[in-house]
Amino acid sequence: MKLRRDVFQAIADPTRRGIISLVALQALTPTAIAENFDYSRQTISKHIQILTECELLEQEQNGREIYYHLNPKGMKDIADFIEPFRNLWDDRFDKLETLMKKHQSKS
Amino acid sequence: MEHKTKIIAEEGKQELLITREFDLPVESLFTAYKDKELFEKWMGTNLLQFEFKEYGNYHFETRSPKGDLMFSGKGAFHTYIPNEMIVRTFEMDVFSLPPQLEFLNFKALTGETSKLTMHIIFKSPEIRDELLKKPFAIGLDMAHNRLENILRKIN
Repeated sequence: MKLRRDVFQAIADPTRRGIISLVALQALTPTAIAENFDYSRQTISKHIQILTECELLEQEQNGREIYYHLNPKGMKDIADFIEPFRNLWDDRFDKLETLMKKHQSKS
Repeated sequence: MEHKTKIIAEEGKQELLITREFDLPVESLFTAYKDKELFEKWMGTNLLQFEFKEYGNYHFETRSPKGDLMFSGKGAFHTYIPNEMIVRTFEMDVFSLPPQLEFLNFKALTGETSKLTMHIIFKSPEIRDELLKKPFAIGLDMAHNRLENILRKIN
């Protein structure tokens, strides 16, 4: 069984962020992805593997070639991490607004 | 439903932008930040120290009804212009994350509405993402604690 890796750890690496930006534009083969970097094909394959395990990339067989494209669901998971943080501030600011409205009417 | 609070966290950047529009005059919004009692109320915390002046310190902590420390933070005000801006540092010692620098901008939209922009700078993009994940982690912790309490009652 493969370990489900941490999505945030996956996107913390600049090369992996580069790969995400590339495949966001169009589905690419591992060779085409590797051509954009100065790293060995093996290094890039490793990065692709990590991104796939985190479900940020998806494989697609097209003839004899494997293409990688972005998994919108995985990218949404990243956005969802921010939701609890946003809710925390939204709640605090709602309290601030209610409190200050009362405070204003008193003074 | 659209949230009134917006968070901009660009990938790979060590900064964060929080914006919110209030149904309050800018003076009132600023007062919520400079008044000790009001700040305690809306933040739902206890201020042990609050010196709203240049290089003044602040320190707050939140405890559970049982008295366990849930959250604690401290920092210093660096400078401020009434109803315009506050520059302060902030450090959440419970999480052992490095301090962050916060630029708070207060802007009147109309006589009765205002906008707050919090620009937060972190030590690194990784630290920023760590912090963003905290409320998520706290949520999980709290769910876990509730579960633990229920189990304790059953046994």
